[in-house]
Amino acid sequence: MYPIYPENYRYTKEHEWVNVEAGVGVIGITDHAQKELGDIVYVELPKVGALVEQGKSFAVVESVKAASEIFAPVSGEVVEVNEALTGAPETLNADPHGNGWIAKIKLSTPGEVAELLSLADYQAFVGAE
Amino acid sequence: MINKVRPHPTQNELLLFEASSPGKKGYQLPPLDVPAVDPAAALGAGNARAQIEGFPEVSEVDVIRHFTRLSTWNYAIDLGLYPLGSCTMKYNPRINETAARVDGLAWAHPYQPDSLSQGAMKVMAALEQCLLEITGMDAVTLQPAAGAHGEFTGILLARAYLEARGNPRKKILVPDSAHGTNPATAHMAGYAVENVPSNERGMVDTETLLRVVNEDVAAMMVTNPNTLGVFEQNIVDVARILHDKGALLYMDGANMNALAGISRPGEFGVDVMHLNLHKTFSTPHGGGGPGSGPVAVKSHLEPYLPLPRLQCADGNWSWGYDRPDSIGRVRAFYGNFGVLVRALAYIMAHGGDGLKRATLDALLNANYIRKQLEPYYELAYDEPSMHECVFSDARQAKRGVDTMTIAKRLIDYGFHPYTVAFPLIVKGSLMIEPTETESKRELDLFVEAMISIAKEVEENPDLVKSAPHSTRTPRVDEVTAARKPVVQWKRSVL
Amino acid sequence: MLDVIGVASLDDLAAHLPDAIHFRGDLNIAPGQSEYEIMDYFRARGAENVGAGGAGGWASFLGAGVYHHYRPVMVDTIISRGEFLTSYTPYQAEISQGTLTAIFEFQSMICQLTGMDVANASMYDGSTGVPEAALMAMRVTGRGRVLIARSVHPEYREVLRTYARFGGIAVEEFGFDFATGAIDVEDLARKITKDTAAVVVQSPNFFGVIEDIKQASALAHEHGALLVDVFSEAVALGVIEPPRDADIVCGELQSFAIPPSYGGPFAGVIACKEKFIRQIPGRLVGETKDAAGNRAFCLTLATREQHIRREKATSNICTNQALIALMATVYMSVYGKEGLRELAVQNLSKAHYLADKVKRRFSGPFFNEFVADAGRQDIDEMQSALQAIKIVGGLPLRRFYPELENSILLCCTEMTRRERMDQVAEAFA
Repeated sequence: MYPIYPENYRYTKEHEWVNVEAGVGVIGITDHAQKELGDIVYVELPKVGALVEQGKSFAVVESVKAASEIFAPVSGEVVEVNEALTGAPETLNADPHGNGWIAKIKLSTPGEVAELLSLADYQAFVGAE
Repeated sequence: MINKVRPHPTQNELLLFEASSPGKKGYQLPPLDVPAVDPAAALGAGNARAQIEGFPEVSEVDVIRHFTRLSTWNYAIDLGLYPLGSCTMKYNPRINETAARVDGLAWAHPYQPDSLSQGAMKVMAALEQCLLEITGMDAVTLQPAAGAHGEFTGILLARAYLEARGNPRKKILVPDSAHGTNPATAHMAGYAVENVPSNERGMVDTETLLRVVNEDVAAMMVTNPNTLGVFEQNIVDVARILHDKGALLYMDGANMNALAGISRPGEFGVDVMHLNLHKTFSTPHGGGGPGSGPVAVKSHLEPYLPLPRLQCADGNWSWGYDRPDSIGRVRAFYGNFGVLVRALAYIMAHGGDGLKRATLDALLNANYIRKQLEPYYELAYDEPSMHECVFSDARQAKRGVDTMTIAKRLIDYGFHPYTVAFPLIVKGSLMIEPTETESKRELDLFVEAMISIAKEVEENPDLVKSAPHSTRTPRVDEVTAARKPVVQWKRSVL
Repeated sequence: MLDVIGVASLDDLAAHLPDAIHFRGDLNIAPGQSEYEIMDYFRARGAENVGAGGAGGWASFLGAGVYHHYRPVMVDTIISRGEFLTSYTPYQAEISQGTLTAIFEFQSMICQLTGMDVANASMYDGSTGVPEAALMAMRVTGRGRVLIARSVHPEYREVLRTYARFGGIAVEEFGFDFATGAIDVEDLARKITKDTAAVVVQSPNFFGVIEDIKQASALAHEHGALLVDVFSEAVALGVIEPPRDADIVCGELQSFAIPPSYGGPFAGVIACKEKFIRQIPGRLVGETKDAAGNRAFCLTLATREQHIRREKATSNICTNQALIALMATVYMSVYGKEGLRELAVQNLSKAHYLADKVKRRFSGPFFNEFVADAGRQDIDEMQSALQAIKIVGGLPLRRFYPELENSILLCCTEMTRRERMDQVAEAFA
């Protein structure tokens, strides 16, 4: 399967991923999600400093004929956003698990991560969908 | 075999900006009969403009040829069947255009004193009477400029009415089959939107409705016939359930073309509704507008209608502004008057009988198409069709061909596509509304085209997938257009 | 056809309607009439709009948002082509390049005219553009208050109030300077706060006076608000500086070959700076390429719109004023760079000719409209006397501005003749 779904990421049923290191989670959407959405033309990024809540919409990814809300896999404060996506939204299609990351969130409730899906669980979920 | 079209030359054309040359003119003004004023002196040097950078400089014949060439790149009702479901693309009689251009109507100024504007007011009053007769409602405003504007006006009326009774309430119910304008409208009017799932027959489900309706619900917006082209069989019960909880029934009249003369919303419990004169009453769509969206209400909502209101005393018409409960104006002046003239001319040409006959003919044409396409395309819901029928691409999808692709291939056969991917409750929908103004021959050509495409999907899906093949412009790159928006012409830097 | 469907009669097609609500009566609408009868009816109604369009030798000095400009015959020739008149919104780009290209030219010309970077493919009219522009400014700034000048068209302000009352916009008005007729900058400075999303002014304003957009926008920007500039007389832009310092421009294009038609259909437009493109309401056409590599156009950034984003859309607008916008496009093409300026100078010259002969209420610079002071004369009598010589003598302002008793808004365009202006001047003398 390409691109590779990293083992150490955690996933959601809404097709987001989060990679937590030192209390900060890097967040993006999965390869499955970008394929479903098709050519991504715009990413509406959250504001740095914004407080987000697990399961609530914090960004929007747009294709030509759809606008899809991205739900935060974890709660916390947005500490960095991927400004490069503004000029090159196609990165989200090309490298969803890497350079196509959307935002970094400083976790306020680290316990939430345990509720998320492991790679195996996510793949089982996508397979069943 | 494609019976309707053959290749036809169309010309290339520069944009007007690129075709300009300095000093070229397409106009002539009479000599000034007063002393010429120097703009810088009259306005102040800082306010006077030097020139309009980039503006066209072309001759009269340049203008005529330019726009005539562009026009040949369009499909139009005048070229054939335009089966956009829910859009009611019917023939636009030309007398309506001539009527709207009568000097005394086209040049009437909205601030001309009432005593000098009796003709315009009589036209509006006559149209109001006709619309009330057709809808069975009690009062109507002609002010809203289009369907969505009518929806907004209608929901404000509901809000004002409920407010006067002590509580504007919090949300609007919208079936999952609704037009996108419904939720957008509810939001603009300050309401939350709750989607109500349709039942297995594609209709509003009274059981579900009973569960979700409560004292927070201001109104439900229902399109009838709904976007599947199906008459809401339970509409009377829907109205009663809403009314029992103090909520109102709003009807989106986008599909009134299926009801005129055979069923009246005022008699099935509707409190407030809008009409689309550019659909049901055949005023031309003009590439996206203008429209007109009159809003009709039952008497309990009448005090809240936008001001001013037409009034008549001793045979003299005037505008009444003394309306303390009115929601206020929703636009300047009185409405899209020129569109109102066209709609009245249409109604006059048909008469009461003719309107009913047009409705039945619309049903006839839709059912004629449905019956013949049923063997080839998956019918979304097996309910009686009114003025349109909705299929899904379920069978074709197995061969990797979706509704958009079939639509594009239909262009090769000389037809505008049907409505694609709406309503949202049908995956891969094909929504077909022929209208009453199509002849059997045109319908037969369409049916033949659709059947031929269904066969192509089985035998040569790649031919369909790469369509359209015959158009002057092949598929356009909408992705790049959205990623790097270029929305105005700029002189290229050489 | 009935056989194919398998029904016996047309009426059977409606047999499934619930019996109680199946209307079986006859609509009380007169039987269908012939073309001749219908035209006869509308000609008779037209004649009852006394003097409309100069019929019977009448002259009108009404403006106030609706202007009598000459309509070049090319406009109706082109918009009457069935390919423009009877086509739908150009969603199917392959067979809609005519409309799409014309809209792209429209957007470009509006940008050239206003000094903005982006123009949408029309709003219903100027009045409904105002609340849409206010809502847009609220989305951009995240603020909830709108300050609008009392010198903005009174009916535009009424429309804003209707939208505001239910849509969560707090609207406050600020005054005009009684000497110049322009906005009262001190009043604006007093009322603007850090909650102000937009300052809305009109230029030329309802009194015909040209506003200092630079100054108003500097004040707005100082407080983090956007400046929305409204115009209702588009011909003015042929000779006055475009509102380059505004953030959003909201205009009415009726002056561009759109018949007065008792108030509609007209065409509004919203234009803005590039950075606000994601927040603009309505349709946009963008340039791209087709599969053969040629220039082509398509609707773009549609995710802002109701059919995709539903309740989260920038507006609920769907049907707009496309054909009317095409009228304006043809008009701008016909007049072009030199013509629009020459036309504007004619308007300016005519209005100044009359203004020099009457007492003006305000001193500010004006284009083709100005407020005349009727002094001690009874306005009703004066209007009646003018009507007796077939003149509609402008708009008395007391209806909208109780503080401007005895003031009349007069408008002169290229169609106004000198001898009629002399008669009006005489009535004021």
